[in-house]
Amino acid sequence: MSRRLLLATVAVLALLGGAITYVVQARTGGATENAVPVVTGQPMKLDPQTMLFRNLADGPDSGKLAAVPMSDPAAARRVGELHCDRFAAARGTAICLRLKPGSLPPLTDMIVLDANLRERHRETLPGTPSRARVSPDGRIVNWTLFVTGDSYAATGFSTRTGLYEVGSGRLVKTIEELAVFVHGKRYFASDLNYWGITFGADGNRFYVTLGSKGKTYLIEADYRAYRGTAIAENVECPSLSPDGRRIAYKQKVATGTWRLAVLDLATHQITHPPESRSIDDQPVWQGNSTLVYPVRNTRNTLDIWSVGLTTPPKLLIPEATSPSLGY
Amino acid sequence: MYLASVGPLRTPLRRVPANVVALGIVSLVTDVSAEMVTAILPLYLVFGLGLNPLQFGLLDGLYAGATAVLRLVGGHAADRWRRLKAVAGIGYALSAISKLGFLAAGSTVPAIGAVLAIDRAGKGIRTAPRDALISLSSPAETMGRSFGVHRALDTVGAFLGPLVATAVLWASLGDYNSVFVTSFCLAACAVILLTTFVRDHSPPSPRSAQLPVFGLLRDPDFRRCCLWAAGLGLFTITDSFVYLAVQRRWDVSINVFPLLPLGTAGTFLLLAVPLGRLGDRIGRWKIFLGGHLALVLALLVICGPVGSWWLVLALHGTFYAATDGVLPAAVGPLLPEHLRASGLAVLQTGQALARMAAAVTVGVLWTLWDLRPAILAITLALLAVTIAAAVFKPLEVRR
Repeated sequence: MSRRLLLATVAVLALLGGAITYVVQARTGGATENAVPVVTGQPMKLDPQTMLFRNLADGPDSGKLAAVPMSDPAAARRVGELHCDRFAAARGTAICLRLKPGSLPPLTDMIVLDANLRERHRETLPGTPSRARVSPDGRIVNWTLFVTGDSYAATGFSTRTGLYEVGSGRLVKTIEELAVFVHGKRYFASDLNYWGITFGADGNRFYVTLGSKGKTYLIEADYRAYRGTAIAENVECPSLSPDGRRIAYKQKVATGTWRLAVLDLATHQITHPPESRSIDDQPVWQGNSTLVYPVRNTRNTLDIWSVGLTTPPKLLIPEATSPSLGY
Repeated sequence: MYLASVGPLRTPLRRVPANVVALGIVSLVTDVSAEMVTAILPLYLVFGLGLNPLQFGLLDGLYAGATAVLRLVGGHAADRWRRLKAVAGIGYALSAISKLGFLAAGSTVPAIGAVLAIDRAGKGIRTAPRDALISLSSPAETMGRSFGVHRALDTVGAFLGPLVATAVLWASLGDYNSVFVTSFCLAACAVILLTTFVRDHSPPSPRSAQLPVFGLLRDPDFRRCCLWAAGLGLFTITDSFVYLAVQRRWDVSINVFPLLPLGTAGTFLLLAVPLGRLGDRIGRWKIFLGGHLALVLALLVICGPVGSWWLVLALHGTFYAATDGVLPAAVGPLLPEHLRASGLAVLQTGQALARMAAAVTVGVLWTLWDLRPAILAITLALLAVTIAAAVFKPLEVRR
């Protein structure tokens, strides 16, 4: 018996020692040099000639907000000191979602920035960053976070979508209370999830995905009246074109696979730009006929690509995500 | 005054059978290991791997069903081979190995699904033989206390898990693999603790030919207990609905929302042993039904004009403390020793399947009527079944 006890003690100590060793060696991991050319210490601001994005290239500046000129996206990326997991901007207002380090359950800082990327407002919200947008008039920032139930594989995951009026300071932590109609009837469900808001130019009309009972709907909503109606099915992460005529979105093909699609709001006709790879993000419009979006690469990170409605895709920025063209 | 005659509720741990304490500590360490993964999983999926976690939602129902079936298999195998500890050990080991599976699975969605399924399978297999061991290691008259001690230790582990995960993430500078490796090491330690400190209990061979599992249901007392437990389960609202309802009723800040389960767990932890002991004195079935009344009260508070969210959580925790360990303690003594694991598996699987049906019912009612009427309807049904169970006295009539 005492021999067994000794053996057990040795085994337990070896396991605990192994865990500690693993944790300690993990501290020293990570690249010390940037894998792509980077210009550091640059002042950053919103301007019409620049595309902002999250830098994913290995190195000390990974995870920081970076900028390249639209005319030359292959140029060395400029980075500042701002860390954002998701970023978006429009009309002198930007939103930066950043996971709060060391928070369990996870919390996200929602930071509103001005045109010089100075902080104007901050809210700490539960969940992990998923989507972020600013209304075209720059007055409303909105976001989607992933939240979990109390136990994994028991209650599953859900999304929580909220918005903030920059002028008045009004905060809507979740739009779940939106009066929503599906097939003409007020819709209630226990598994209601909203994700991916996109606002129209008037700052009142908005579109969002409603997920429930294994289906997704495109909701067209009126912000002031605070009610919405399902106008299409199988539409996720809508993005309204600047002219307000089309919705670009990800269309589910199979579990975990989506393709880029475009819905014409007047004719309800769906077209597919010549992009066959799976995309999992809310596309960004560049003008009224080009879409910008991240695609997973073979190194299991993301690259930013663009595609015309009928012209083939091209690589814009490798090792990057969360593109923003707004200023 | 009646309570005073019951005597002090405080119990020194040394009066609890050593095997029960050992099983409690195994569960504690296992729960630390499991809960640290639970705590970081969403972060890992979204940030570590860049996956869309909604892809995993569909598998939930499948897991719950598979776990229920595997519990029957685990209980039956343990009795059949008369190796309770070995079968429980297989369950603990499967869950331990699944933690390393996260490293191997990478960002492949089906592989991650398989890893989660193996973890759940391990949990399903070990539950019945473990509860049978607790039950066989305690004298019938203090079985409630034994289960209370086990469930309290288990809950301590659930509290510690997220803290350990935070510490590991801090120490490893945010390396998720470190959390999985640490979780695996702790789970493996729990398996070693089980093999070293838990004594197996080989029930005597049955004199007659072994009964098939469902032959147990021919025993009228056991059958009544199973039916009433399942009947109550049919109207027992799922935790997530309780928390959602609390959040809506008091407009609880969504920063606080993820912490609501801690209120339930805290009360469960504090009351598991006292209520288990009280059950030993005045009858465990009474405590079990009393627990359901606590749940009814909690839900009425949610729907009513007075009260507060912490009262709901306290009542919800009381419900768990009065039912989770109390039910196997109440029913265990009815089962012959050589069929204890399979019997407890049948009892708990029936209850679990009924609760899954309740979750579906509430979901449907919510869709039809909105949340409050749905809760009110299921609460009144639960109250009716609880009163009926008290009137028909499936168990206490014999005490």
